[in-house]
Amino acid sequence: MPFIPHTEADIKAMLAAIGIQDVDDLFDEIPAALRGAELTAVPEAINEMEIGRLMQERAEADGRYLCFIGAGAYEHHIPAAVWQITTRGEFYSAYTPYQAEASQGTLQLLYEYQTMIAGLTGMDVSNASLYDGASALAEAVLMAVRSHKKGRTVLAPKTVHPVYRKVVRTIVSNQGIGLVEPDYDTRSGNSLLEALEASYSGDCAALVISQPNFFGVLEDVDAMTDWAHAHGLIVIACVNPISLALLKAPGDWGNAGADIVVGEGQPLGVPLSSGGPYFGFMSCKQDYVRQMPGRIIGRTVDRDGRPGFTLTLQAREQHIRRSKATSNICTNQGLLVTAATIYMSLLGPEGLERVAAQSHANIRTLLTRLGAIAGVEAVFDRPVFHEAVVRLQSPAADVLRAMEAQGILAGFALTDDYPELGQCLLVCATETKTSADIDRYAQHMQRILSKRRLDPPCAQKM
Amino acid sequence: MLIFELSRSGRRNPSQSPSVMPVVEDIPQHLLRRKRPILPEVSEMQAVRHYTRLSQKNFSIDTHFYPLGSCTMKYNPRACNAFSMLPQFLARHPLASPATGQGFLACLFELQEILKDVTGMKAVSLTPMAGAQGEFAGVAMIRAYHESRGDVSRTEILVPDAAHGTNPATAVMCGYTVREIPTDANGGIDIERLRAAVGPQTAGLMLTNPSTLGVFERDIQEVQLIVHKAGGLLYYDGANLNAILGKVKPGNMGFDVIHMNLHKTFSTPHGGGGPGAGPVGVNERLLPFLPVPVVAQARDGRYVVETEEEHPQSIGRLSAYMGNAGILLRAYVYARLLGRTGMRRVAEFATLNANYMMARLKQQGFTAAFPARRATHEFIITLKPMKDATGVIAMDVAKRLLDKGFHAPTTYFPMLVPECFLIEPTETESKEELDSFIAAMVAIAHEAQINPELVKNAPHTTVVRRLDDVRAARELDLRWRAPD
Repeated sequence: MPFIPHTEADIKAMLAAIGIQDVDDLFDEIPAALRGAELTAVPEAINEMEIGRLMQERAEADGRYLCFIGAGAYEHHIPAAVWQITTRGEFYSAYTPYQAEASQGTLQLLYEYQTMIAGLTGMDVSNASLYDGASALAEAVLMAVRSHKKGRTVLAPKTVHPVYRKVVRTIVSNQGIGLVEPDYDTRSGNSLLEALEASYSGDCAALVISQPNFFGVLEDVDAMTDWAHAHGLIVIACVNPISLALLKAPGDWGNAGADIVVGEGQPLGVPLSSGGPYFGFMSCKQDYVRQMPGRIIGRTVDRDGRPGFTLTLQAREQHIRRSKATSNICTNQGLLVTAATIYMSLLGPEGLERVAAQSHANIRTLLTRLGAIAGVEAVFDRPVFHEAVVRLQSPAADVLRAMEAQGILAGFALTDDYPELGQCLLVCATETKTSADIDRYAQHMQRILSKRRLDPPCAQKM
Repeated sequence: MLIFELSRSGRRNPSQSPSVMPVVEDIPQHLLRRKRPILPEVSEMQAVRHYTRLSQKNFSIDTHFYPLGSCTMKYNPRACNAFSMLPQFLARHPLASPATGQGFLACLFELQEILKDVTGMKAVSLTPMAGAQGEFAGVAMIRAYHESRGDVSRTEILVPDAAHGTNPATAVMCGYTVREIPTDANGGIDIERLRAAVGPQTAGLMLTNPSTLGVFERDIQEVQLIVHKAGGLLYYDGANLNAILGKVKPGNMGFDVIHMNLHKTFSTPHGGGGPGAGPVGVNERLLPFLPVPVVAQARDGRYVVETEEEHPQSIGRLSAYMGNAGILLRAYVYARLLGRTGMRRVAEFATLNANYMMARLKQQGFTAAFPARRATHEFIITLKPMKDATGVIAMDVAKRLLDKGFHAPTTYFPMLVPECFLIEPTETESKEELDSFIAAMVAIAHEAQINPELVKNAPHTTVVRRLDDVRAARELDLRWRAPD
């Protein structure tokens, strides 16, 4: 019996202690009509060798590609030590640190994590994680509306990740909270103050500023922050944590700084892994801490005066406040935070800055190479962090398929989310791309586009 | 010692970052960072040693018996981790085309089929990232269902008073008000009070069955009739699915929607507080509202990812991509290792272990909260008699258990049982382990009589002693700050 240690003798002794004959007697309180439901679709067991073989085959069938897709999930080097330590049983198989004395390892690590995130974002405090970047933004919207007390609408410009905006809608709409999506400037790829002004109403509570924005473009965060504060809005920054080694911390935006900061933590040591598990981070100014959702760790002392760590401000949480809690979140993404904390410790401030600067240099190299190809043009004229939008002469989906056939994932097609950017690709290069990788990308792109120009698919139909 | 206190300016790990620092020329100065963030500057070995030592300050399933009630702290097979972390799986970008992920998608599709079978539901979406998000998806679907019928007067969600805090918190997040239904003397839902509570305002009832009181809701068929007759829907909180895995299907109990906690029943790691995974299953009438994406199989056998396009009435997306994909792979591996017979045995042996412990503890003088009832995969004892006799409270016993090398059970939940211990041994623990725990409980009861201070001042052997929670909340210290 997989993972069940009982011997026949054990079972006999245990049944005798209970005073029953058969294990099935233990289920005699369940109405008979409900008992004995047979599983029909679950296959019979296979052993570890067999499932290992199957998973290996499936992994190999999926293969490995040279990946230039970003769009919210980014390939970075992950030091070997990160996951070797993260998957130690003491981290991997522990749970939420309710018994603080038996969980000091997890608790101290989370306190260190909170310190790192607060420092990186320039905020006073951080929580111990949310599910992912998108759901963290939804929680920030709810938190901002609770804190603002009057407004029930949030401005989330079209430059914010399109799926994040969808997730926010799913999560906040049942509470009657609205999302208004100001347009972007088609030349710069920025959100302009005029567009924010046009979307503003007296019912607004907050403005979301994505830096870099979904197009990779750097927003004028100072002006946007000051505009929002002048209108009495709470500023929610949605940022890439790696970029913060290079870019101004949200706490320094404008005159007063952002109020709440969220983002996707995946770039900090978490593998792409088809989309999860990742983690969302959230930090804020001290004034907002009692509205923050999720676990928060505090440092205190024990009975002998020694420093120690414990879950704190639990009066915000569902297990204490029930229907009056700041969120329903319970389990968060502790293991991924463990990886991120070790990652940030191994990279340090300079290492992280090198990763950010090299990623930036790589996208610039790639853009230069692509700019020399007939049929490719940059779409926006503003500086970017590590991804950018390019327009192709041919339909993006076709080019992506042709590149995929060469083992290259060439980017993310924007057509579905931004119909006006038909034939446009969002392409990303992080520090993991060598100049040989970039050459390979550019050469294949050139070949595919010129082939399509000389021999367009439609010509064959004529 | 904090990692920051090991830090020395200028120390770095050249192997872990690019070998040069390219000059950034094109970004305007006002967008650049002014001062480097405070991150540790330590060597690789210092970091490895620091975090290895921290790990050793944890109790975990791999090191200790961890009978945390309603959390299902069973063994997490290492194979589940190893085969989900194969390099190709780790490297795959979530927006890569389905053609590059047929192996991955096959696992997810088969997991959906397995979970449909286990729950007796019509369809499953894997995307919710934890139990609470599964609850959100479930209640949001209930709301979408009523709204799609123009039935907008339903404003209330019913929850038993013993429910987990996420139930009422979720109902509020979905825009509902909450009404609590009391529990009767035998741990069941008070049927008459339920009958009186339902009406045209009832959107649904959220129920955990077996309940958080460690008993099966025997009147479930009647509960089902009452709620459905009133026009409400029935929500199954799968926190305790381990108790009936392969034996009873929630769909057969009349539930319309269910969430599962894969980090409990399907043994994915708890990770010091996540990641979880909270897939939802629905019956026919909630099918159109299922959250996206879901994995489907096309006629040619290839796996495709369905979105809002194929599911226009979906409540929408809950995560940026596909939920906690890597956790879903772990659950898949676990399900294949157990197989259908193994699954049934999970419920049988989890229940056997719990009933054995309850019987032995009763023999040793402990008081079961519901002595006339069978335990499910967990059970409650109340330490009120001990408190009355010695002044030792449940929290003291919990802390003393740490000294004896056991993680404490869930304490003070559900709140309606005084001095409550909710004990869930799981099926993966051996009889010897259960016997040692029982012996420890007996020893502590004895200590409470002869030397109550010893217990009240526990723990004595852990890396820190009892922490000052009041100070933690009053003098907030939520981050380290560099000394000036």
